[in-house]
Parts: sequence; structure tokens; C-alpha cells
Amino acid sequence: MKLNKILTTAAMALGLATTAMAEEPTKVGFVYVGPVGDGGWTYEHDQGRLAVEEEFGDKVETVYVESVPEGPDAERVMTQMALDGADLIFTTSFGFMDPTVNVAKKFPNVKFEHATGYKRAENLSTYGARFYEGRAVLGHIAGSMTESNIVGYIGSYPIPEVIRGINSAFIHAREANPDVEFKIIWAYTWFDPAKEADAAKVLIEQGADVIFQHTDSTAPQAAAQNAGDVITFGQASDMAEYKPKPRVSSIIDNWAPYYIERVRAVMEGTWESTDTWGGIASGMVEIGEITDVVPDDVKAEALAIKDSIASGEYHPFTGPINKQDGSQWLAEGETADDGTLLGMDFYVEGLTGKIPQ
Amino acid sequence: MDFGSISPVLLLASLMVAATPLLLAATGELIVERSGVLNLGVEGMMITGAICGFATAVNTGSPLTGMAAAAGGGAALSLLFALLTQFALANQVASGLSLTLFGLGLSALMGQGYQGIKPPPFPEINIPLLSDLPFVGDILFSQDLMVYMGLLICGAVWVMLKYTRAGLILRAVGENHDAAHALGYNVVLIRVAAIMFGGACAGLGGAYISLIRVPQWTEGMTAGIGWIALALVVFASWKPGRVLLGAYLFGGVTVIQLNLQAAGVAIPVEYLAMSPYLITILVLVIMSADRSRAPGSLGRPFHASS
Repeated sequence: MKLNKILTTAAMALGLATTAMAEEPTKVGFVYVGPVGDGGWTYEHDQGRLAVEEEFGDKVETVYVESVPEGPDAERVMTQMALDGADLIFTTSFGFMDPTVNVAKKFPNVKFEHATGYKRAENLSTYGARFYEGRAVLGHIAGSMTESNIVGYIGSYPIPEVIRGINSAFIHAREANPDVEFKIIWAYTWFDPAKEADAAKVLIEQGADVIFQHTDSTAPQAAAQNAGDVITFGQASDMAEYKPKPRVSSIIDNWAPYYIERVRAVMEGTWESTDTWGGIASGMVEIGEITDVVPDDVKAEALAIKDSIASGEYHPFTGPINKQDGSQWLAEGETADDGTLLGMDFYVEGLTGKIPQ
Repeated sequence: MDFGSISPVLLLASLMVAATPLLLAATGELIVERSGVLNLGVEGMMITGAICGFATAVNTGSPLTGMAAAAGGGAALSLLFALLTQFALANQVASGLSLTLFGLGLSALMGQGYQGIKPPPFPEINIPLLSDLPFVGDILFSQDLMVYMGLLICGAVWVMLKYTRAGLILRAVGENHDAAHALGYNVVLIRVAAIMFGGACAGLGGAYISLIRVPQWTEGMTAGIGWIALALVVFASWKPGRVLLGAYLFGGVTVIQLNLQAAGVAIPVEYLAMSPYLITILVLVIMSADRSRAPGSLGRPFHASS
């Protein structure tokens, strides 16, 4: 009798346990292009992942693979994630675009989200941030602060996102200082500290006293610090270790709210394929603290630009703007449409050099 | 286009800096391969050396102690490879690859808390008199100590292999380990020593990046230089002189192409970006037309019983 009761209780407990087990956590995968400790781009995506874990606790399980090369290997990593039961996979670099499209085709029940790309499907969303809005603010600081009138710019790959940043920074640097020139080096890598440091050193040797970077490590910051009188801007992450100089401000990508929102949509079954492009207004792009190295009036002007972009009053690409060859792109007062911006493959007037094809 | 903005003195100086990590790692691997062992773990040993050196330099305040720790760290990791391949007779290719993966993970773990810290500056050496020479003084005789160390180690390896008995024994072990064993040499011991030397050199090369060239600690910061060092050894036909040439060529073209880009030269950037690899391989392949070949026992496991 007693034994029977124990057995019944045990069976009930077991039954409860299995029901609890049946409610499996939502599994979210992240594919990173660099190491989570890069201090820049990948670091911020991982902060977003951690925010998802904090928000949903036991209801979510996250996995990530770091330093995934952009190419066929990325497809293998995504396939493995999908086979391991991921419900939602974020692929966080432009070069993962085609691999994501291919894997998304093979796993129609898994949701995919690709950062900074433009190819979508039923189960594949894209998301990105309007970094060029931040670059407008930083471009103004760069133009106002440079004494040599040479601004160095380390680009990663010649893709629209990077070209947009160069154009936006240049337009606003020129507005502040009509004599400013940009020297651009393409590193052909997102993450290679030694190469990024070399590129920064070369730009400094050739007279640049402001360095922009569109690569992921903090190496250019260290190079600028060693060189002395050079200022830089944090890229993708605040890079606050290099405050107050060389890093005088930064563009911070804040992915956490988006990631939380999308994971929730999967849990509630309301996920749909969308295209999100957030900027300063939505909080996806933040401007890091402007340090005291920047004179007060320049700081005030920069913050005014930021506020007017946030309120929608001002668009960083407002005409008149000519293309590099002198032909007109935007007429007086005209603003750029998102389609052109997303496919941007030209420099604006005043920039020298050619974009590699 | 503005060649005037390129300063040849600064260019040559940064060329030597860019070449040094590669030279150190490749020289170490050359000794390993000359002893008949293929260690694909160079990247892992470099990154381990980078963090060991960085952490030690930050904690002790002495960059030279950091360098010593880097060599120690690289050698310690390579000892793991030596145990696996020389005593457990594990497959060298698989062991080397896993050594790289292990080194990358281990260094990321050890590097927690070292991000964003500035290491103590490395003292620059001014060789008396020579560094005062106009023009060349600045380039050739005012570099940091490790640039000369790299050249010195490479030179010593060349002398050792070519003119000493120790070099002869090492080559004998690499060419035919059975014959060397029959002559009474302790093949395993010699190989372990070579592997550890290779590890120490790779560690130094890694620390050169984290302490001098960048200088900071970031996960995965060697970003493939270990693999280039491996390729360099092969293209240099296992000869120290050619390793030196290849490393300086690679470092040189890397720096020159960045300079040309910044100066706005009208050569398509994609060609510039691939030029370091292309030119180095081309030159070394043409030079290896003299039918130099790999050490006879390269990659083959050895056991005294067989």
C-alpha cells in the first residue's frame, strides 16, 4: 500500500518532469566573424546575445561560433547550428549573405537574420544600422579638429556600408573644414590587429592626425596613442579604454533591443521576414561620450547634428551633392533614398582615389 | 598621386617591424622541419606566446621579462606537441592542427582581463656611433632589440646548420631518422629539442606583435601569421637565408602596398592587397628552381623499434 503510494507519487513527479522538459527553451544561434573579445563589432553582437539571455533566462538557450571565415565554411557552421535544433540564427557579417541564403533554403522551419545584407526570403530577415548617421557626427569633429587637414580612413572591404560611411564622414568633415583631404586604405580584412595597426601607422606617417577605422579591432587606437598627437573614434563599440585621447568619441552599435524583440517574436510565433534599418532615432546607433579633448563649441555643434538627425529634421545625405566625377547626385534640398544608400558604390565629389571593384 | 608623402626612411623602418614576427616564427619552424617534424601548430604557439609575453610584461613592468615568458610559453605549448608526436606517436598533422586550436582557446582564456591595457614600452636601442649615421643610422641601427634578435637568431641558425656538428646531426635526423638512430643519435631527444626551439621562436614572434607591433592584447590577434610562416618555410626550400629574404619581402611589400594606397597610386587596390603574397611566392618559387627538396623524414613518425 505504502509502496504503491510512493510509486504513484514517483510516476506523477516523473510525468511533471517530462511535461517540463517538453517545453524546450528557444534555441538561438549567433555566427560571428571575429572573436567575441575583439573590443569592437563582434563584442557588441555578443553583448546583444547576453542581453537576450538575461531577458528570457531559462526560456532561451543561446549558442555562438566566433571567428567564422566569410565563405563556404560559414555555410557549414550555420548548417550545423540548424541541425542542432536552433530556432533562430543571427549571422552577423556582410560576407555571410550568400551562405545564409543557401542554408535558409535548406531549413525552411528555422528563422534566419542576416546583418547588413539585402537578400531576404520567407524565413530570412535582414537588419542593419545606419552607421552613416554616426559618421556624420564624427566627420564634423574630424574636420574641425584636424590641423594637418589630412584625415586617414581604414576601410575593410569596398562594400556599400563602408563606402556610405566614408562619404558621410567626408561630407561633414568638408562642411566643417573646406581644406580637408581623406587618405583611404583598404585593409581587406575585418579583423587583423597587426595589419590594422600597420595601416594606421602608415596613415599617420603620411600626415594624418585624425584616424577613422571601419575595421573591428582596437589596434588603430593603440597605434594612434603611441604616435601621440592623433585622434581616433571608437568603431562599433565605445572603445572607452582609449579615452580621453586618442579616442574622442565613438559610434556604438546597440543590438540588444532588436535581438530581444526578434527572439520574443519567435517565441510568440509572430516572427515575419522583415528589413530593419535603425539609426540614431531608434537607438540602434549611439554616439559615445565626446571627451574634453574636443573644444566645447565643436562638441556642441556635433551634438546639434546628432539631435537634428535623431529628430528626423536633417538627413546626412542632403543635396546639393555631386558624385566624384562631378555629375549631380542630389539636387539642392533633396535627400538620398534608402535604395541608393543600400547599394552605394560611388564616392562623392572631393574624395580622391578609386573604389576597388 | 603623391609619392612625396612616403618617407623612405620610415618605410624601411616599418618594413623591418612588419617582417620580424614572421621571421622569428619561420626560423623556428625551419629548425623543427629540418629535424623531420611537421608542426602545424605555429599559429597556436604564436598566440600563446603573445598573451604570455603580454601578461608578464604588464605584471612585471619589464618587456624583456615578457619576451622571455613568451618564449617559455611557446616552448611549453610545443612540449605538448612533442609528447603527442614523439612519445605517443600521434599523427603530426592532426596534433599540429589541434595545437593551433588549443592555443587560440587557451590564449583567449588567459587574456581575460588584459584587453585595453597598454603594455610597458619596449626600449629602443641606439647603437652608439652607428645610429648617428645620416639616413641609414635611423633605419638600421635605431630599432627595438627584437628586430636584431630576429636577424641574429636567423643568422645563428644558418651558421649552425651549415658549419657545426650539431647542425649536421640535426639534418641527419631529419633526412633519415633510421640511419641517424643506427649511428647512435637519440632521435627523439633531438626532435623534442628542435620542437621546443620552434615553440620558443613562435612565442617570441607572437609577443613581438602584442608588445611592440600593435601593441595591445586582442583575442586571435596573430590573425594567420603563423600559417604564412609555415608556407614561407616551404617556399624558402628549408633554407634560413631564403626565409630571411621571404620574411623581409613579405613584410616589405605589405608596408609598401599600404603606403602606395594611402598615397593614392593608380594601381587597383585589389592587386596591391594581394601583392605581398604573390611577390613573395613568385620570388621564392623561382629561386627554388635549383631542385631543393624537403627533409627526407619530414612528417614521418619514428620509433626505435621499427
